Amino acid sequence: MKDAGFIFASYVVTFGSIGLFTAAVVRRARRLARQIPPEERPWT
Amino acid sequence: MTATVADASRRDRVTGTPFTRVLGIVTLVGIAWLVFFGLVVTPPDRDQGESVRIMYAHVPGAWLAYLAFVVTAVSSAMYLFRRTRSLVWDRIAGASAEIGVLFMGISLVTGSLWGRLTWGTFWTWDARLTTTAFLFITYVGYLAVRGLGGTHHQRARRSAVLALLAVLEIPLVHFSVRLWNSLHQEASVAGNTDVTMDGLMLFTLFLGVIVFTLMYVWMLMHRQRALTLHDMMDDVGLDVALQARRAEAGVS
Repeated sequence: MKDAGFIFASYVVTFGSIGLFTAAVVRRARRLARQIPPEERPWT
Repeated sequence: MTATVADASRRDRVTGTPFTRVLGIVTLVGIAWLVFFGLVVTPPDRDQGESVRIMYAHVPGAWLAYLAFVVTAVSSAMYLFRRTRSLVWDRIAGASAEIGVLFMGISLVTGSLWGRLTWGTFWTWDARLTTTAFLFITYVGYLAVRGLGGTHHQRARRSAVLALLAVLEIPLVHFSVRLWNSLHQEASVAGNTDVTMDGLMLFTLFLGVIVFTLMYVWMLMHRQRALTLHDMMDDVGLDVALQARRAEAGVS
C-alpha cells in the first residue's frame, strides 16, 4: 500500500488517543469510586 | 449469598451499567469493522489514491467534535434556564467538551497527515485549518475555565456562558471553505459539490460516523458519572472542612 506509514499513523493516533482517554477516565472513576459507597451513586 | 454477589457486582461497576456494557461491546465490534473496511475493503480513490483511507478517521472525528460542542452548548443552556437548572447538565457539558477536544485534536492531526500526502505540507494557514485550530484552542480554554476555583454552581454558570459563545465558532469553521479561498475541499457528502463517491466508500464513511457517535455516547456516560463522583468527593471534603471549622470555633 502506497503511503502506508501516514495511513497507519492516522489510525494509530485516532484509536490510540481514544484508548488512552478511555483508560484515564476509567482509572480516575475507579479511584474516586473507592471513596463513594455504591448505594450513593445515582446510576446503581 | 445472592445479595452479596449483587453488591460485589455493583461495587465493580463503578461508572458502568448493563446498558453501557452492551454499548461498549457494540462499539468495539464497530471499530473492528471500521478499521477492516477502511484499511482493507474500500478501494483507493481515483485522484487521491490510498491516502483517502485517512478520511474514514478524519471526517467522523470532525463530525464528533461538532456534535460534542453542540451538546455542550445545549446542556449549558439547559443549566442556565432556571426551570431546568441542575448540575447534571453542567457535568454533561464538561464531559462533552472534553470528548470534543479529544476528537478535534484527532481531526487536526489526521488532517495534517492527509494534507502532507495531498497538498505536500503538514500545515498551512488556510481558512479551514486556522478556524479549526482556533476552535480547538477555544475549547481547551473552556476546560481551563472549568478548572478555576469556586463552588459547583459558580463553575457551572461561568462555563455555561462561555460554551454558548464558543459554539458560535462552529458555523464559521464549517462555512470557512465557502467564505474564503481554501485549499480544503467542501463537504463531499451533503454539500453542493459535484463529488460523487463510490458506494463502498460512502458506506464506510457512514459506518465511521455511526461508530464514532456510539463511542461518544459511551464516553459521555462514563465521563459524566466520573465527574459526578468527583463533585460528590468535593462535597464530602467541604462537609469535613466545615465540621472542623465549627469544632475549632466551639459551635455544635
